[in-house]
Amino acid sequence: MIQAASLLAAEENNPLFPHPYELVVGIFSFAVVLLVVGKILTPRIQKTLAERTEAIEGGIRKAQDAQAEAQALLKQYKDQLAEARHEAARLREEAREQGAQIKAELREEAQAEARRLVAAAHAQIEADRQQAFGQLRTEIGRLSIELAGRIVGESLEDEVRQRRVVDRFLEELESTGAAVR
Amino acid sequence: MSTLTLLASGEDKFTPPGLELFESPPIIPGVDWFTKPVLLALLSTLIVVAFCWSAFAKPKLVPRGVQNIGEMGYMFVRDQVARPFLGKDADRWMGLLLSLFLMVWVWNVMGVVPVLQFPVASHIAFPIALAIIVYLLKLYLGIKHQGPIGYFKNMMFPPGLPKPIYLLLGPIEFLSTMIIAPFTHAVRLFANMFAGHIILAFFSLVGFWFLFEKLTPLGAPLGVIGVVMTIAMTGFEMFIQFLQAFLFAMLAAMYIGNSLHSSH
Repeated sequence: MIQAASLLAAEENNPLFPHPYELVVGIFSFAVVLLVVGKILTPRIQKTLAERTEAIEGGIRKAQDAQAEAQALLKQYKDQLAEARHEAARLREEAREQGAQIKAELREEAQAEARRLVAAAHAQIEADRQQAFGQLRTEIGRLSIELAGRIVGESLEDEVRQRRVVDRFLEELESTGAAVR
Repeated sequence: MSTLTLLASGEDKFTPPGLELFESPPIIPGVDWFTKPVLLALLSTLIVVAFCWSAFAKPKLVPRGVQNIGEMGYMFVRDQVARPFLGKDADRWMGLLLSLFLMVWVWNVMGVVPVLQFPVASHIAFPIALAIIVYLLKLYLGIKHQGPIGYFKNMMFPPGLPKPIYLLLGPIEFLSTMIIAPFTHAVRLFANMFAGHIILAFFSLVGFWFLFEKLTPLGAPLGVIGVVMTIAMTGFEMFIQFLQAFLFAMLAAMYIGNSLHSSH
C-alpha cells in the first residue's frame, strides 16, 4: 500500500494512470451494486413485469369474452323484443277481431231480446184486451138486461130468450162500435 | 476548490484550470486511499442501491411512486440497450446492464451535483474497473459458448470472405476485439467526463475571476459570458453524462451479445 502510494505520488499528475486503490474501490462498489441491484432486485421487477403482462393480457381476454357475451345477450334481447312486438301485434289483431265478433253477437242478441219483449208485450196486451172485452161483455149484458128489465118492467126470466136478446144487442153495439171506430 | 485557493494565493494573471482539478488529497489525513472520488464512488453505490431498493424491493403490479421511475429506467435499459443486442437473452443480462447503466450514470451525475461537483468517472481507474469486469465476462462467455478455438476463429476469420482478406482482417479483428475494444470502452467514458469537468471548471472560473476576483469594466462582459456558458455547458454536460452511461451499457451489451453468438 505504501509502495503503491509512493508510486502514485510519482504519477499523480498523469490522469491516464489508474490509482490502484480507486480500482479496488471501483470494483468493490460495482460489486455491491451488481449484487443488490442485479442479483436481488432485478429478478423481482422482472417477475412483477411478467405478472403485469399476464394480468393485462388476461384482462383483455376477459374483457373480450365479456363483450362477446354482452353482444350475444343484446342480440337475444333484441330477438325477444321483436318477437314480443310481433306477438303483441298478433294479439291486438285477434282481440280486435274478437271484439268485433262479440259486438255483432251482442247486437244480434239484443235485437232478438227486443223482438221477444215486443212480441211478449203484444201478446200480453192482446190477452188483456180479450179478457177485458170478455168481462166487459158479461158486465154490459147484465147491466143492459137489468136496465132493460127495469125499463120494460117485465122480467125476462126465460134463459134462452134472455141470451138471444143480449146477443142481438151486443152485435148491434159492436157494429156501431166498428162504425164509430 | 483547489483552484480557488490557488487563485486566492495572489496571482494577478488568469490561469485556466488544469490537471490540478483532478488531484484530491485524502479527506482524513493519513488515510491515503480515502479521497474525494473514492468517497463519491461509495456514495454513488449507496445512492444506486437505495434508489433501486425503494423502487424494486417490493414491486407492485400497479406501480406507485418511486417504482414508476425505477421502471422507466428499467424499460429504457431493456428496450434501448439489452434487447437490440441480446434479443431473447436480454432478460438474463438485465441485472448486469441495469447495474452498469445506473452506476456509470450516477458516477457521472456527481459532476454537476452542487457542492460535490466531481464526476467519478473522470478518474480513469473507475471506468477501467468496469471495463475490466465486462472484458473478463466477454472472454469467459465467448470461450464458454463458442469454444476456445471457435471463439477466436469466429472473431478473426469470419466465414464468407475471399482468402487474402483474412491476412489483413485476422490481426485487425484480434487487436480490435482483444485490446482496442476494452481500452476504448474505458477511455471513452473517462475522456468525456474528464473533458467535461475541465470545461465546466474553466467557464465557471472565467465567471468567478472576471466578476469577483478582478472585476474590471472590460472584463465584466467576459465574466457574464463565463457564467452563461457555465449554465449552458452544465445542461449539455448532463446530456453527455446520460449519453455516456447509455453508451457504456450499450457497448457492454454488444460485447456480451457477440460472445454469446458469433457476430458474423
